Amino acid sequence: MELGSRQVNAITVVAPKGRIDHAQAPLFQEAMKPHVAACTINGGPLLIDFSGVDYISSMGLRALMLIARSVTAQKGTVAIAALKPTVREVLEISRFHLVFKVYDTVDDGLIALGA
Amino acid sequence: MKVRFWGTRGSIPVSITAKDVRAKIGAALRVARDRAATGEFPGNDVEIERFIDDLGFSVSGTYGGHSSCVEIETGNEDAANEHLLCDMGSGVRAYGQRMMERYGPTRPQTYHVFMSHVHWDHIMGFPFFTPVYIPGNRIVIHGCHAELEFAFKRQQAAPSFPVDFSLLASNIEFDVIAPGETRSVAGITVRNLKQHHSGDSYGWRFERAGKSVVYSTDSEHRLENAEETQLFVDFFHNADLVIFDAMYSLADAVSVKADWGHSSNIFGVELCQMAGARRLCMFHHEPAYDDSRIDSVLAETRRFEEITREASALEVLSAWDGLEIVL
Repeated sequence: MELGSRQVNAITVVAPKGRIDHAQAPLFQEAMKPHVAACTINGGPLLIDFSGVDYISSMGLRALMLIARSVTAQKGTVAIAALKPTVREVLEISRFHLVFKVYDTVDDGLIALGA
Repeated sequence: MKVRFWGTRGSIPVSITAKDVRAKIGAALRVARDRAATGEFPGNDVEIERFIDDLGFSVSGTYGGHSSCVEIETGNEDAANEHLLCDMGSGVRAYGQRMMERYGPTRPQTYHVFMSHVHWDHIMGFPFFTPVYIPGNRIVIHGCHAELEFAFKRQQAAPSFPVDFSLLASNIEFDVIAPGETRSVAGITVRNLKQHHSGDSYGWRFERAGKSVVYSTDSEHRLENAEETQLFVDFFHNADLVIFDAMYSLADAVSVKADWGHSSNIFGVELCQMAGARRLCMFHHEPAYDDSRIDSVLAETRRFEEITREASALEVLSAWDGLEIVL
């Protein structure tokens, strides 16, 4: 999976696209690895821009959980922004909105993370 | 086939409290007050019954608190005196009472019990299952655990219980089935599948006359393992009903409660969708959840099914003590 990424001051914004389903979840996880590795206590925060994600399955959510765990262990900061309505619903139903800080827009996320 | 739930709670039996009952009465009275203001207050008994139905299950009823016990009525008239059960949690006490009312002490029956595993919440009802004390009854406990007999006898032994297993008057047999072995019992075809749980658990699939029920509780799923997922998809394939351990939220199931041996509503929907199952019945409810919380989980799960539906709709239910599902 290709992730668009950009730097806004110290914040890395990554933007997955399409469906993070059972087939795509391992690729999403792999593509996120370098960004997750860099998201440490000394590195900048990581903001995942979900505006291009149409669907996320349990496997995709599990990948998100592994990202959260790694970043927490590294004392970094990761957040999610710009969820489409149904993807937001899936996160809420699965209680993942309690795992991640979720912002309505990427700009809201950037401001909150100190851009 | 008919499936009747006698115990649906996970891990430990629970009961609604005086505070819960008061909250239900309060909620009902507030609805009645609002209706009275618009002149719609129920008058006769029929209207009162309708009013109760309209309150919603978490106000007018309760999911109940007995631990796992599910009856499968086979509909096989050639084996009318043979009964099928899954697990012997605390719910089996009430089931035993029903059987005693129906058959009394002089009409011997055979009870086939299929055990998911022998953790305490799944065997604790056995000493209170009255038919085991009645001569002539036959109790066949089927399972895939080598320690099946040991677990039941140990539970019954002093100092844990006053009546030793050796004093039970019925004819009790233990039938250890090999994992993956298919059996025919009381005219029903029965298959099993090994599941992830501490000490292992087994799911059971029952088929007769073109109808199928899967009982899959105390089972943790790791969907990252495609081969393992396919085993469950095959086991659930086209089932008319899948009774599924949906104890935790997905976030809990893959984080703080990973390796606790239970699953979530999200996995249940996804596996049933992949398998083309017709109904998902969430089971083994978290003991900390009250009726309103279980109602919310049900509504959310139905919405998740709707969002993710690609083929025909999957009916989503939440089990309660007393629920009957006709297949």
